Amino acid sequence: MANLLAAQGGRPLRDGLADLATWLGVTLVAGSALWVVADVIWHGVGAVNWGFVTTAPQDAGRAGGISTILVATFLVLLVCMTAALPLGLGAAMYLSEYGRGPMGRWVRRSLDVLAGVPSIVFGLFGAVFFVQVLGLGFSILAGGLTLACMVLPILIRTTEMAFSGLPQEYRAGAAALGFGPSGILLRVLLPAAAPGLVAGLILGVGRALAETAVLIFTSGYVDRMPDSLLDSGRVLSLHIFDLSMNVPGGDHNAYGAAVVLLLILLVINGIGGWLSRRWIGRGIVAS
Amino acid sequence: MSRPLADKWFRWGLLASAALSGAVVVLVVLFLLVASWPALADLGPGRYLTDTRWYPSGGLWGMSAMIVGTLLSTLGAVLLAAPLGILSAVFCHYYAPARMATLYRRLVELLAGIPSVVYGLWGLVVLVPIIARWHPPGTSLLAAILVLTLMILPTVALVADSALGQLPGSQVAGAYALGLSRAGVIWRIAVPAARRALATGTLLATARAIGETMAVLMVCGGVVNLPTSLFEPIRTLTANIALEMSYAEGLHRSSLFVTGLVLVLAVVTLVTVADRLGEEPTGG
Amino acid sequence: MGWYDRWRGGLLAIGLALAMAGAACSSTADGAKAYPHLVITGSSTVAPLAAEIGKRFEQAHPGVQVDVQTGGSSRGIADVRKGNSDIGMASRALKTTEQTLLPFTIARDGIGLILHQSNPVNELSRQQVVAIYTGQITRWSEVGGLDRPITVVHKAEGRSTQELFLHHFELDNRQVKPHVVVGDNEQGIKTVAGNPDAIGYVSIGTASYDASHGVPIRLLSVDGVAATLENVRNGQFPLSRPLNLVTREVPTGVAKEFIDFARSTQVIDLVEGQYFVPTAGG
Repeated sequence: MANLLAAQGGRPLRDGLADLATWLGVTLVAGSALWVVADVIWHGVGAVNWGFVTTAPQDAGRAGGISTILVATFLVLLVCMTAALPLGLGAAMYLSEYGRGPMGRWVRRSLDVLAGVPSIVFGLFGAVFFVQVLGLGFSILAGGLTLACMVLPILIRTTEMAFSGLPQEYRAGAAALGFGPSGILLRVLLPAAAPGLVAGLILGVGRALAETAVLIFTSGYVDRMPDSLLDSGRVLSLHIFDLSMNVPGGDHNAYGAAVVLLLILLVINGIGGWLSRRWIGRGIVAS
Repeated sequence: MSRPLADKWFRWGLLASAALSGAVVVLVVLFLLVASWPALADLGPGRYLTDTRWYPSGGLWGMSAMIVGTLLSTLGAVLLAAPLGILSAVFCHYYAPARMATLYRRLVELLAGIPSVVYGLWGLVVLVPIIARWHPPGTSLLAAILVLTLMILPTVALVADSALGQLPGSQVAGAYALGLSRAGVIWRIAVPAARRALATGTLLATARAIGETMAVLMVCGGVVNLPTSLFEPIRTLTANIALEMSYAEGLHRSSLFVTGLVLVLAVVTLVTVADRLGEEPTGG
Repeated sequence: MGWYDRWRGGLLAIGLALAMAGAACSSTADGAKAYPHLVITGSSTVAPLAAEIGKRFEQAHPGVQVDVQTGGSSRGIADVRKGNSDIGMASRALKTTEQTLLPFTIARDGIGLILHQSNPVNELSRQQVVAIYTGQITRWSEVGGLDRPITVVHKAEGRSTQELFLHHFELDNRQVKPHVVVGDNEQGIKTVAGNPDAIGYVSIGTASYDASHGVPIRLLSVDGVAATLENVRNGQFPLSRPLNLVTREVPTGVAKEFIDFARSTQVIDLVEGQYFVPTAGG
């Protein structure tokens, strides 16, 4: 590398500046990120223990733990991903493979607009459409479906990019091997696009776990253990919001809940990274 | 089922998923139109745009200051987050040793999942007091921009990261073979090749910044104000909805839905412009 | 591909949507609950209290479920009117346009002015508060404090704390020149706690809890009356509001039982546990 830089002769200064900018930028990002994360952990780690994760909240959340909240959060996420994943994957495949025409452009634009709809508007929309019009009431089902609408754009656009970023030779090669369109997509392109897909999934799950405003109006505020998907259930981020903004003396457990949320994210993201590496290894055309 | 038939069904399935996904936005806009109709019919759209003052109980419904506030905070955040996000991705692929890249990626992914409340809490308890010591009141356009930057950065970074990861290795190796330096390879070959993905990532991040509610609400100050400096408080359109929706009735409530409609219109404009700009350089 | 294919896709999409809707509706019908289910919606201030009362009520009445949902006072009122909920929650007295509804007060809450703990100002007269909030006084030195600019923290339009505050100090919202506009009480407290030059007004219960647990804020007296829960209870403190449960008709059945329970001496500890002032037994 040193040789190459030296051989360049004319631009070492500019190259050096580019390197410096990269390191500076990354340090800045990592520093700020660590600052936020460390602040949460510093305030919250004292609240977290096994009992915190396994008992139900008491005294409006000041005492007790977050067991019921975790169950509700998991169920909402499950509903959300069950609805959004197949739909999103299908739409992304359509856009990357057949989406050059007016239909593709329309869907793409709609999704970009959808990405900018404020979460509170999604919440109010869900409260009318899923809760009232479809008659789901305040329920985990209504919350998960509203959330699915919200994560669709990010899921689809990132997945689409992963597909369309694949070299054209993959398609030609697979076709030459006798694969039909569905075979090409499912057996060749899907494994090859897995890392991008996982990036989209991680962004989507992160967004869903982080969402508050959508769920106040749809899955609701009840912190009882949910019996079914039609019960109302309070999710983790809403619990954090309520404890920190609405309940005096709730800060300690709010930060504790945030630490648990960070742990969940680490696990999910870790699984995501592992899956994407595994898929690359198994793909017909390993990159 | 014969294979051509299966393929046909498969394609219909894909089309249906795409159509259904695209239809969601129609439903949302329809909902906004219905909910904001009473105010639009009663007050007319002009009342909302011509005035900077917003006092619903006093019959003043101007949103222009909030539109400016939204645009400025979004613009500031995107100007900071887009380069930093792209640098992050470049770092992971061309600078960092494998283990450091993985660690850094985990950190950025973590940022993507932190609830906006937590960002808001951090902004309110940590960031705002620091700014306040320097230039009161602390809750300001600057605070909004900084918090938003942190929130949208992962979107740019992760999208750019996966795009750079997809570039054929041969292309990069070829560039090195031609004697280009690392920076040369990155900025002349890799980044330009990934520019479509980078644009998509930035667009998604911009949309996210426009639509972000809870965190901005806590740090922006919430005052309806045309800012003349970075240290002045602002109110964004989303903050307006979140601050007042729970306690609004009648025309006031309906007007808050008009706020939502204005937001969606802003995003439509943004997307259309981005689309036009993206069309010009064909090929690649 | 031709337009024909696109149409097919559209039809398929509509079909799918209908199927989803159908499935959703039928599942609700199946899941209809046999046991009494009380839905309470409205004010986020009242919600934690109502939820706690609900839990105790469920213990005393096995089989009954009390679901508390937030969304703000106006939502509570609207839901009760439309019949979307059994009981509404409002953190204020009913307005003249709402006189057809029935309010049941379960607690009271005072509203007090707060400063940062390090602020040496000990008392503000009515005129000084008005002057500060209308921007005529902009530095603490003008009211006996440090030579620092004042940060005025105000509440968002429509919040009952804001309406009470404006009414008490005979202010029009357009005269107020705020530097920060906040929503919830805790947001107001965290804003003042993080800024030594700020002044704000919040729920007395919330503020006295936080002040006694190390948050650097201090309550000011209003019109010479100390801002304590005791003074709210005995009615001397001038700025207070009722926390109400609201129904459309004279409550019957479980709803009546719940409202009676929420107003009884059986829940006084819960009301005090949320730092409100009980009204029962007095």
